[in-house]
Amino acid sequence: MKKAFPILGLLTAALLSYALYQALVVAPTEQTMGDVQRIFYYHVPSAWTAFLLFFINFLASIQYLVRRDQKTDTIANWVVIALGVLVCIAPYAFRTLLPAGVYPSSVVTTGIVFVGLYFLIKRLFSEQQTDMLALTTAEVGVVFCTVVLVTGPLWARPVWGIWWTWDVRLTSTLVLWLIYVSYLVLRRFSSSGQTPVLAAALAVFGALDVPLVYFSIWFFRTQHPQPVVGGGGSIDPRMLRVLLINWVAFLCFAFLVCWSRYRLERTKREVEETQALEALLEPRSALR
Amino acid sequence: MSAPTGITWATLTKDVRLEWRSKDAINSMLFFALLVVVVFSFSFDPEAEESRQIAGGLVWVAFLFAAVVALNQTWARELRNQVLDAYRVSPAPANSLFVAKALGNFIFVSVLEALMTPLFIVFYKLRVLGPAWQLIPVAILGTWAIVVNGTFFAAMSLRTRSREIMLPLLLFPITIPALLSMVEATTTILVGDPSTSAKFWIVLLATYDVVFTTGCLALFGTVLHAE
Repeated sequence: MKKAFPILGLLTAALLSYALYQALVVAPTEQTMGDVQRIFYYHVPSAWTAFLLFFINFLASIQYLVRRDQKTDTIANWVVIALGVLVCIAPYAFRTLLPAGVYPSSVVTTGIVFVGLYFLIKRLFSEQQTDMLALTTAEVGVVFCTVVLVTGPLWARPVWGIWWTWDVRLTSTLVLWLIYVSYLVLRRFSSSGQTPVLAAALAVFGALDVPLVYFSIWFFRTQHPQPVVGGGGSIDPRMLRVLLINWVAFLCFAFLVCWSRYRLERTKREVEETQALEALLEPRSALR
Repeated sequence: MSAPTGITWATLTKDVRLEWRSKDAINSMLFFALLVVVVFSFSFDPEAEESRQIAGGLVWVAFLFAAVVALNQTWARELRNQVLDAYRVSPAPANSLFVAKALGNFIFVSVLEALMTPLFIVFYKLRVLGPAWQLIPVAILGTWAIVVNGTFFAAMSLRTRSREIMLPLLLFPITIPALLSMVEATTTILVGDPSTSAKFWIVLLATYDVVFTTGCLALFGTVLHAE
């Protein structure tokens, strides 16, 4: 495993440079926006990566809470499987209710990814490790979310003429960022023994909040139409290819950062445990 | 009376009696809300007709800020003499305690709202142009939304350093959808534009309440016993 880390690092560096070259040179220039549009190749992959990391954080937090008890763990397993099956059937059964542009197959893919990730995390991480995973993904997720919130206005200023608009996606992303910053603040300020439980509870609350945030702001903003509208329509396949290459590169980078942060956290906890153990053993050795 | 409701009732009456005698929370909340009203009045012209558009937001932000003052004191009282630790080792269900505390806060914040609303009407010359009865479900659901999460996060921030600051940091981001619903519903009712209706916001607020009350009840035991 120790050898895999530098190999992955080199691979990520190569992939990131290739993706940079693709984004700056190979990708076609956008007709109306010009070269500014190339920020898209950083903005969107960062957003997807951040959302994925927050999602993993949610799954890890849930597992930390349910795995404390054998019975709730079993129930949670069945609930996840039932949800997965439901997500696979529902879009075909209620095809007409889906919003325009959403295909049943994409919903099913999301469901399968959800169930797969849940059991993958369960298999790979012990109960204590899920807490470390939650911490790691929240920290790295906040970093990527910050990148999204910084590159967004940089892109919006020349294209829309404004730095910021209280549009549904912008506002929800900002609120998501706020929730996870408060999560990190809680972790920083709570006393060590209780941090995992409190943080996991907050993560679950945050995840419950996200759909409500999105839905409320969506309704709020559709009531008051915006003067500026982002360029909709379909995307050039060459652009999509560059976007996906960038996303893969960003995912590798995120994985690398998460991994090293995870290792750091594990070492930190091992040191703490050893110190606590030594403190316990000290008086006994003095008696001898 | 079954045991869990008995515990809830006992805790609730104890809290209300304590508050009735000391009036700590209510007084500080009232004064704080009054200060917010006065300070806000300097930031814009309270007499202007456009102020009606932001009055709903103003009222709820003032209530939210004031509620935090009371919520911070909810659990601090139980820390003295290790009451909370005693509760933790007792076989009493954790949710009875939570419901009692949330109901107590609900009563305190409702009293605050009842006392502050006339003041708002006088200071900002508010008139309800829409269906006024809809303000009642908005007030009840909105207060519960603030209070149920506030009580939960107050119990959470009890375990942290600088807990008085922690509560708003945890509470405000999560409360955003509820706050938006309350503000929009209230503004819609106050402005009384016949083309819009507050019904959607009331339904959303009710959904928020159901989701987070369930979440609080499911997780409160875990948080209370976290060691």
